[in-house]
Amino acid sequence: MTNNLIKIKEMKPLLQISDLHVSIAGNSILNGLNLTVNQGEVHAIMGPNGSGKSTLANVIAGREEYKIESGSIQYKGRDLFSMEVDERSLEGIFLAFQYPVEIPGVSNSNFLKSTINVHRVHRGLSELNALEMLKYVRSKMSSLEMDPDLLKRSLNDGFSGGEKKRNEILQMLLLEPSLAILDETDSGLDIDALRIVADGVNQLRSTDRSFIVVTHYQRLLAYIVPDFVHVLSNGKIVATGDKSLALKLEEEGYDWIKESPAVPA
Amino acid sequence: MSDDSMQTLEVHTQSEYKYGWSTLLDMDTFPKGLSEETVRAISLKKEEPEWLLEWRLKAYRHWLTMKEPDWANVHYPPINYQDIIYFAAPKKKLNSIDEADPELLRMFDKLGVPLEERKILAGVAVDAVVDSVSVTTTFKKELSTLGIIFSSFSEAVKEHPELVKKYLGSVVPYTDNFFATLNSAVFSDGSFCYIPAGVRCPMELSTYFRINAANTGQFERTLIVAEKGSYVSYLEGCTAPMRDENQLHAAVVEIIALDEAFVKYSTVQNWYPGDKEGRGGIYNFVTKRGICAGYKSKISWTQVETGSAITWKYPSVILKGDESVGEFYSVAVTNNRQQADTGTKMLHVGKNTKSTIISKGISAGYSNNSYRGLVKIGKRADGAQNFSQCDSLLMGDKCGAHTFPYLEVDNPNARVEHEATTSKIGEDQLFYCKQRGLSEEDAINMIVNGYCKEVFNELPMEFAVEAQKLLAISLEGSVG
Repeated sequence: MTNNLIKIKEMKPLLQISDLHVSIAGNSILNGLNLTVNQGEVHAIMGPNGSGKSTLANVIAGREEYKIESGSIQYKGRDLFSMEVDERSLEGIFLAFQYPVEIPGVSNSNFLKSTINVHRVHRGLSELNALEMLKYVRSKMSSLEMDPDLLKRSLNDGFSGGEKKRNEILQMLLLEPSLAILDETDSGLDIDALRIVADGVNQLRSTDRSFIVVTHYQRLLAYIVPDFVHVLSNGKIVATGDKSLALKLEEEGYDWIKESPAVPA
Repeated sequence: MSDDSMQTLEVHTQSEYKYGWSTLLDMDTFPKGLSEETVRAISLKKEEPEWLLEWRLKAYRHWLTMKEPDWANVHYPPINYQDIIYFAAPKKKLNSIDEADPELLRMFDKLGVPLEERKILAGVAVDAVVDSVSVTTTFKKELSTLGIIFSSFSEAVKEHPELVKKYLGSVVPYTDNFFATLNSAVFSDGSFCYIPAGVRCPMELSTYFRINAANTGQFERTLIVAEKGSYVSYLEGCTAPMRDENQLHAAVVEIIALDEAFVKYSTVQNWYPGDKEGRGGIYNFVTKRGICAGYKSKISWTQVETGSAITWKYPSVILKGDESVGEFYSVAVTNNRQQADTGTKMLHVGKNTKSTIISKGISAGYSNNSYRGLVKIGKRADGAQNFSQCDSLLMGDKCGAHTFPYLEVDNPNARVEHEATTSKIGEDQLFYCKQRGLSEEDAINMIVNGYCKEVFNELPMEFAVEAQKLLAISLEGSVG
């Protein structure tokens, strides 16, 4: 009893999505989605292709192509839609991209330095100088078993799929977000890379930090154990459970959900 | 223009163009108009020898027979050549910089080009040209101990007539093209630079061009001669006040590189580009050409073109010496109503000659940006190689980017490669940067600087930093 009470007391909603309807180029993708993520929780979002998983991730980050038809998102008690993309980032929303973007001519180190310092300044901290920066970045890189030479190369330019994904996790570690959204970070990773990426996420897990892990497969969730698993279908959460739901999906596929849309969320 | 309206104009556009102010200097100015008399008067004013006057007059008479070129992808109302002042100079003649009009010194300080040697950071010698004349050249003494001549063109005519006579017009003849011919007739000053055999010039040589006077054309001429085995890195910067009317700048640069000499010529061109609606700005119609006359000689052009209402400019290399090398690295930015038609010509004459062309065009607003380049491989040029890469970046959907590559290959043993891309500034790249907390402006700067990096890498360090800042200012507010 006491434990439960404490738990209830601790629950602070970080992100509250209410009846969200979103379309792109006239096609509705999200159709009345509700989701609450409290501080310290890890939510997995699963679902078949085209169910709206990536849309959800991108809408939270603020991608402009999507049209918000109705509904709301509260983040840290604020209307998320009133915040610019960069402001969302500075306020702690981090999206690990499914397809990290290449920027030729911009060195990885320069990019990391700029982003880290802009976050530090936002938090009222002083900027790191070149030496401090190198130390900080290198320590996180070694924990992800990344080649330090990647710092000298252009951002994601010519990186392998695995290097790009690790570079995303690296940025997450460096920026220490309040809400990290991993958009199919596991896709295209071999099992070793998957483990390293998961270790990176687990390093960062804490009571005041939340994760939304978007994935198609259960295998990542063996390493990043979620508090909740949601199944997204046709732009709505149609099932919610704990990690055992992910295993069920792995064994039975998504068909049973499509056939029985009345599973209580 | 009155001081009042000048001020109003500045207030309106200040945020975009930092150098738009003008300075009240005591000036010696010719009346408007062009005739043989004007040419003679300029020559007389400069106390020139007879042969130079004759050369000017030949150019003038030839110019009268020429037609203004209309093949470039730029549009402007006809220029009235009688409505231009062909000579304007600060009155006071200087024996040393200490005698300079304090206003003039303040002007250059404000431009970030201090002329007093004690103030200058080591490593850059400056020839400062205001309107029609060179006002001072720094570090002359230090350079002369190495035998390097670095002076105003007028001074060179007086002190080294044999060199000037030998090389003037040897790369760009007075008959070359409409604007070069006009320049040959009325050029007023510019820089002269001579590097003796085997000497590596220990500092960057730099000319800073400033148009100050109104209604005045600027017609300067630069001549660089690099003897066998010598090296020089040359920088050129330019600014002008904001004025409602267009001003003509028709310059000529000639470079001669002898056996195994290397001349590196860098330009950051920041003439006033006109206002948002396209009023005013400099017409930058310039002929720049170098000849790799000797075996294994090398000429490398790097240009960052952010200013001018219209830019018409094709820094070129004649690769005459066997195994000579020509390079052209260019970033051309156009915003608002600016127009640029720029590129290069690489003329392969000698054997195993090599050229590289890297051109990065960036168009924003309602601007038009064209790359125009010729690679010509002559009959004798066995084993010649060229690599060209021309990229265009569009910001917004009201601007234009065009590529006109010309290729003439008369030798079957040559190898020519051409790559071209046109892309819109990536929404994905912008979103990615912003998702990491960068503001839109910082994100654009970062992406565009990355795009230009290959070219910026070719610039001397201080210039590269300057160029990056300039790029940021030029593109301010270009993506909304």
